[in-house]
Amino acid sequence: MSTVVPQGRRPQHLTIGRIGVYAFLVTAALFFLLPLWIMVVTSLKPMEEIRLGNILALPSAMTFEAWAKAWSSACTGLECNGISVGFWNSMRILIPSVILSIMAGAINGYALSFWRVKGANLMFGVLLLGAFIPYQVFLYPLVRIFSLSGIYNSLTCIVLVHVIFGLPTMTLLFRNYYAGLPIELFKAARIDGGGFWSIFFRVILPMSTPILVVATILQVTGIWNDFIFGLTFAGRENLPMTVQLNNIVNSTQGERAYNVDMAATMLAALVPLVVYFVSGRWFVRGIAAGAVKG
Amino acid sequence: MDSISIRAPSMPSGGTKTQRRVKTRLPAAIALLPTALIVLVVYIGCMLWTVRLSFTSSTLLPKLDWVGLAQYSRLFVNDRFLTSASNIIIFGALFISGCLIIGFLLAVFIDQNIRGEGLFRTVFLYPYSMSFVVTGVAWQWFLNPGLGLQKLVRDMGFESFTFDWLVNQRMAIYTIVVAGLWHGAGLTMAILLAGLRGVDKDLWKAAKIDGIPTWRVYTSVVLPLLRPMVVTAVVLLTTGVVKLYDLVVAMTLGGPGIATEVPAKFVMDHLFERNNIGLGTAAATIMLITVVSILAPWVYVRYVRPQGRHA
Repeated sequence: MSTVVPQGRRPQHLTIGRIGVYAFLVTAALFFLLPLWIMVVTSLKPMEEIRLGNILALPSAMTFEAWAKAWSSACTGLECNGISVGFWNSMRILIPSVILSIMAGAINGYALSFWRVKGANLMFGVLLLGAFIPYQVFLYPLVRIFSLSGIYNSLTCIVLVHVIFGLPTMTLLFRNYYAGLPIELFKAARIDGGGFWSIFFRVILPMSTPILVVATILQVTGIWNDFIFGLTFAGRENLPMTVQLNNIVNSTQGERAYNVDMAATMLAALVPLVVYFVSGRWFVRGIAAGAVKG
Repeated sequence: MDSISIRAPSMPSGGTKTQRRVKTRLPAAIALLPTALIVLVVYIGCMLWTVRLSFTSSTLLPKLDWVGLAQYSRLFVNDRFLTSASNIIIFGALFISGCLIIGFLLAVFIDQNIRGEGLFRTVFLYPYSMSFVVTGVAWQWFLNPGLGLQKLVRDMGFESFTFDWLVNQRMAIYTIVVAGLWHGAGLTMAILLAGLRGVDKDLWKAAKIDGIPTWRVYTSVVLPLLRPMVVTAVVLLTTGVVKLYDLVVAMTLGGPGIATEVPAKFVMDHLFERNNIGLGTAAATIMLITVVSILAPWVYVRYVRPQGRHA
């Protein structure tokens, strides 16, 4: 008989210990899934069923009415155009903010890791320290600066704010990635006569795909989930989805329509959830690399 | 390592070596200029401006008078601020330690060569992808005494069951902690799990030969090895604690009463709603001092000292 070399780990038999491991994990999983489950089932029930029934139970008469209402006619204060307004606002904020902040980070990271500019390391140090300082320290003077320059409460303003406060993370992310590339590559490009921009666009950027993916995941979820900047800088016309969600849910007029609230919540969570499920392990990589290089 | 000093044939000839260096570096310097300006104007300028305003009597509009520490002495007898400060300490301590404990346990259990690992990881981490507003609204709904958890348990036959933490002045802050843990524990798990996977396999073999029980290996050998990951997680969680604002706004709006006020919200309210810029900036300055004194040593050791390319 030929001997088959066993591969992989030895299969584990079900012992009490193994059952304990699974019991713990399943219990924990239920805890983590509970709010999502409740949100989904609540959003699919009519109000009477919510008032009388069990919060965990599946809807007996499933209806998407609350979703339709949340999307197009839920009220935020006086206006009743639904959370779709916020969705499109968030999109208009998201796209330029993500592109510009990633571009800024890539250029900074490249300049910092390959070109020795006087004082650049000091600047980077201050920028990093700035990443840890609470936003409240900057907000009021920023508001003054923006109102003096006449762009306060506009799309430009909120995009600029996202770029400014994305700088530390994005710069760090790209600087660390580029520091890992072989310097010989850069030297060779220099000998071939490449200048700052031509090396960046022809040599460095084409090698940056992994870090661009990580940066995109990080910025899309971060900017989509932002609340405080949108509230402070976007202005009434451009309020992002998170702010509108809060206005819908915590508006005090009339009886609260929990099913509409939960549908609106699910809608606001949809984009980051899709990013999360599609990106898988890249998501973790992004957070770990972006926040602090362990 | 000085990549600029290589003699490239195509480099412009003429001028001294230093002049040439300056010339080739110019585009890099220009590229860094916008960021340098932002650092100067926003990160340093706005910060100093805020600190300066905290020494003024500004209310609705900023004034540039000088009242010394008057705003600070008002701040430290302000009930709302004192509650905010004690709340953030309670939240910070419970949230960080809770995330570390739950995250470590989840990581260790996931590391037991289990089936469906990917599924469990996905489930534990997904809350982190969602915003604090979503988190706050979801937990507010689940914990509201009228229709949420309390009603659920009562309907199951436990008529006298009470769970009113969300609307109970003494307990409300703990509901914020629970929501925070739900949001952040998975992240800690992911970071620590990455660390566990980096532990040398031989270490486990050696421990097995010596007959050391698994839990003992985890607590005495593996945990010390995970130190860098624990530090990473703590730094991440700490920045989350300092920023705590959206979750409170969405979940309790600082209530009931002022029971769940936090410093970030105190500052925001005084700057933009209560028209008290002096007091608001004083509170912001206190936040700044606290954060800098906690994080400066760490940032110095981690980033400033080992200068140059290899961070």
